[in-house]
Amino acid sequence: MSARFDRFLPLLGVFGLILVWYVGYWVRIVDPVLLPSPHETLIALWKGMTGGALLYDFMRTVFRTFAAIAVASVIAIPLGIVLGANERLYRSVEFVVDFFRSTPASAMFPLFLVIFGVGDATKIYVAAFGAALVILFNVAYGVMNARKTRILAATVMGASRWQVMKDVILMESLPQTFVGLRNGVSLALVIVVVAEMFIGSVDGLGFRVFEAQQLFNMPEMYAAIFAAGALGYGLNIFFLLIEKSFVHWSGK
Amino acid sequence: MTMHAVTPVASPYRTAFGPDDAPAAHITVRALSKKFQGVTIYENFNLDIPRGRFVSIFGPNGCGKSTLINLISGLVPVDQGEVLFGGKTLADTRIGYVFQNYREALFPWMTAFSNIQYALKLRNVPAPEAKERVDRLVARLGVKIDLSRYPYELSGGQQQLVSIMRALVVEPEVLFLDEPFSALDYEMTLFMRDQLQRIFEETGTTMVLVSHDLEEAVYLADYVLLLSRRPARIADFPLVAVSRPRSDQTLSNAEFIKLKGHCLDIFQREVRQ
Repeated sequence: MSARFDRFLPLLGVFGLILVWYVGYWVRIVDPVLLPSPHETLIALWKGMTGGALLYDFMRTVFRTFAAIAVASVIAIPLGIVLGANERLYRSVEFVVDFFRSTPASAMFPLFLVIFGVGDATKIYVAAFGAALVILFNVAYGVMNARKTRILAATVMGASRWQVMKDVILMESLPQTFVGLRNGVSLALVIVVVAEMFIGSVDGLGFRVFEAQQLFNMPEMYAAIFAAGALGYGLNIFFLLIEKSFVHWSGK
Repeated sequence: MTMHAVTPVASPYRTAFGPDDAPAAHITVRALSKKFQGVTIYENFNLDIPRGRFVSIFGPNGCGKSTLINLISGLVPVDQGEVLFGGKTLADTRIGYVFQNYREALFPWMTAFSNIQYALKLRNVPAPEAKERVDRLVARLGVKIDLSRYPYELSGGQQQLVSIMRALVVEPEVLFLDEPFSALDYEMTLFMRDQLQRIFEETGTTMVLVSHDLEEAVYLADYVLLLSRRPARIADFPLVAVSRPRSDQTLSNAEFIKLKGHCLDIFQREVRQ
């Protein structure tokens, strides 16, 4: 009985939040113009996502985030493998990687604007830049931390260096690579949404939130925020599912 | 493949309890030297390991038991010296190696079956033939494990059995085992000892086992290689003149007890030195 009930525990928080929201709305802690009721927001979300403008903005953000992660992966995964396989090489670029990994990607906006102009490319490349460093770092560590025993086991069975790399080290680095991809996609989404708010945008979730706020269309603004939240949550689940099927052995 | 004349070492099989039926040397170690960070582990070390026999290596902690089989099997490069297998170099010899830590030695992304088959893949055996050979080995050893499972879905003993099969499937000329059962519980250890003994009798492969458990070392061995503190010398290399198959009764066999006592005496003498 209690076990069956436990499955629904996460819903409690959702209901709790909605309840607090309604109470706040009814007793008017905040001007109702600033805080619409939950059902108004839900209606705005529903309308926006079923044929409204919000769906289009949602898909734009999805596209940019995936484009950024694709660009980042294509560059960072092979580079991470090379760096991880040559530990001395990695040590020599480690500071640079760590430095730019710690630099807020938003600080790079002006630079990317100068290089790529105000189009989609800037948003995608800034996000790809941030994500690539996270992925690179994780892939390199995954390769460097491949279990010595597994490498020895393959070597003693007669595997060549190339076979060890391809059959053992690459597989060993996969769990860490997926950690990098998941962190990278979260970061890419953040950067894309921020970029959509400020860099001469005409669409995307960031643009929608900003525009709705400018027009004082609060239900639509909240709807866009929730759409962005759902997207972030969904992306994480999506990558977790891929990870589970690709690296079923992770953590075992 | 060149055949080297093997210089005999002084009393390679000096036995305390009668001679073996004079097996030929399979592995010859000559003038082996190895240092780790300035510490001499082996210096001018010579050893003959007889063909088709089971040799257990036992000695004080840190004397270089595992290092010895790692040097012989090429996992660790030698500083100086020569290791030959029936006159052949390591490159011309099929060896198998079973690691202590099966969890980190098996490939968790492959099923147990694929893990075993992978050893053959590395030797360019075509997949259908490899499958057949794995099946034959499984049947011959009478292994009752669901090999379509992944290693992490198997028990510790089953995982180690899979890694032993992975080492055996290429029909190695020599099988090295580095404390293969030390991560298993006692019940499983006893079971695995008998499995290994059966495999040894079944295949007749030359086996070299490193053990930190004297009873296990003697129980499984034809010869017990007793090493001194480092730099390691051969403290003794007695024959275990107890018939096979060995069983629970062996543990109370007078000859077995006498030899175990003898090994313990030598061990303690070496530890005190």
